[in-house]
Amino acid sequence: MARVVNIEGSGPRDPGASMAVNEDGEVAGSVSGGCVEGAVVGEALAILHGDQHPRLVTFGYSDDDAFAVGLTCGGIIHLFIEPLDW
Amino acid sequence: MTTPTIYEELRDRIRTDQPVGLCTIIEGPNVAAKLLIAPGRTGRGSLGHPELDRIVTRDALGELEAGRTGVRHYGPQGQTTPEDLADTDTVSVFIESFAPPPQMWIFGAVDFTASLAKVAKVLGYRVTVCDAREVFATRRRFPMADEVLVSWPLPLFEQHGATLGQRDAVCILTHDPKFDVPAVLGAVGTRVGYIGVMGSRTTHAKRMERLAEAGLTATDQIDRLMSPIGLDIGARTPEETAISICAEIIARRTGRSTPSLRDGTGAIHSNS
Repeated sequence: MARVVNIEGSGPRDPGASMAVNEDGEVAGSVSGGCVEGAVVGEALAILHGDQHPRLVTFGYSDDDAFAVGLTCGGIIHLFIEPLDW
Repeated sequence: MTTPTIYEELRDRIRTDQPVGLCTIIEGPNVAAKLLIAPGRTGRGSLGHPELDRIVTRDALGELEAGRTGVRHYGPQGQTTPEDLADTDTVSVFIESFAPPPQMWIFGAVDFTASLAKVAKVLGYRVTVCDAREVFATRRRFPMADEVLVSWPLPLFEQHGATLGQRDAVCILTHDPKFDVPAVLGAVGTRVGYIGVMGSRTTHAKRMERLAEAGLTATDQIDRLMSPIGLDIGARTPEETAISICAEIIARRTGRSTPSLRDGTGAIHSNS
C-alpha cells in the first residue's frame, strides 16, 4: 500500500491518495498523474517481498535522490509504502 | 466473536459513514506502528508510548473534525514544543482522516434536480432530494439520490439541520415561494457552508422581498445566499446548470474569484 503523505510544490494528488499493489503487480488507485506509478510498483513489490522495510520514498527533482523519477509538474512527492497485513 | 483488526474496524467505519482516523508512524522508531482513532471511543493500537498515543489522539481528532490529512512531528514521548524536541529523535506521524461524505440537500424535485444530483454524486456528496409534492418526489425520478423525501423544508431542518456544516451544501431549485422561502430560512439557521437558490433575476428580486417580509434582514445572513445560483458560464441545459452550481460550490470553498451570477447583472441566459 503506497500513500501520498506529503507534497512540495506542485503535485497532482493530495496527501491521502493511495495505490495498492498485489504480489502479481496488479494495481488499484493512483498517487500521481501517472508519472511515478511505474516506479512505485517496483518499490512496493520489494517491500511486499521483504527485500525492503516499510519506508518513506521520495519522487521528484532533488539532487540527492539517487533514483529520481521526474514529475513533469516539477513537484516533489513523498510516499509511505508498507505491506497491508490483515 | 473475535475482535476485529484495526483494518477491519477502519473498513467498517468508512463503509457506514462514521468518521475515523488512521495514524501511522512513517519516520522514527516503530515505523509503520498504527493507532486508529474515532470520536467518542478509545483508540485502537499504539504508536509505542502511551503519552505519544494520547497527544496524537488529541491532534488526530482535531484533524478529523476539519477533514484534514497530513504529517505531524513529535518527540518519542509525544513532545510538541520546540525546546522539548531539541536533541531528541523525532517521530513523524501520518494522520489520515476519513470524514463521512459531505451532504447536499436539494429542495425541489425538478429536472435540474436530477442533473444536479448526478454531478453531486460524482463529487462524492450524499444527496437528499426534498419536495412536498408526492408525485414529483419519487425514487423512480431520482434513482441517483441517496434519499428522496416528501416533506416541507421546516421538518427536515428541525430534525437534521444540526448535522449540516461547512463542507455541506443546500440547493433550492423550486422557484416556488411557498417552498423556497421556508427552505432559505431553514438553511440560514444552520452552519451549512453553501446555500444556492435558483431563479431568474426577477424571481430573485421578488424572493428577496418575501424573505424580508418573513424576517430575513440581517446582511450577514443574506450575504450567505448565492442567488441566482451558479457561476456565470452561460449554462443552459439542466446538465450544464448542474456543472455551474457545483463549480460555484468548489470556488466558494477554495476562495477563488470566479464570476458568480449573484454578483452580475443582466440576463442569465444568452439567446444566441
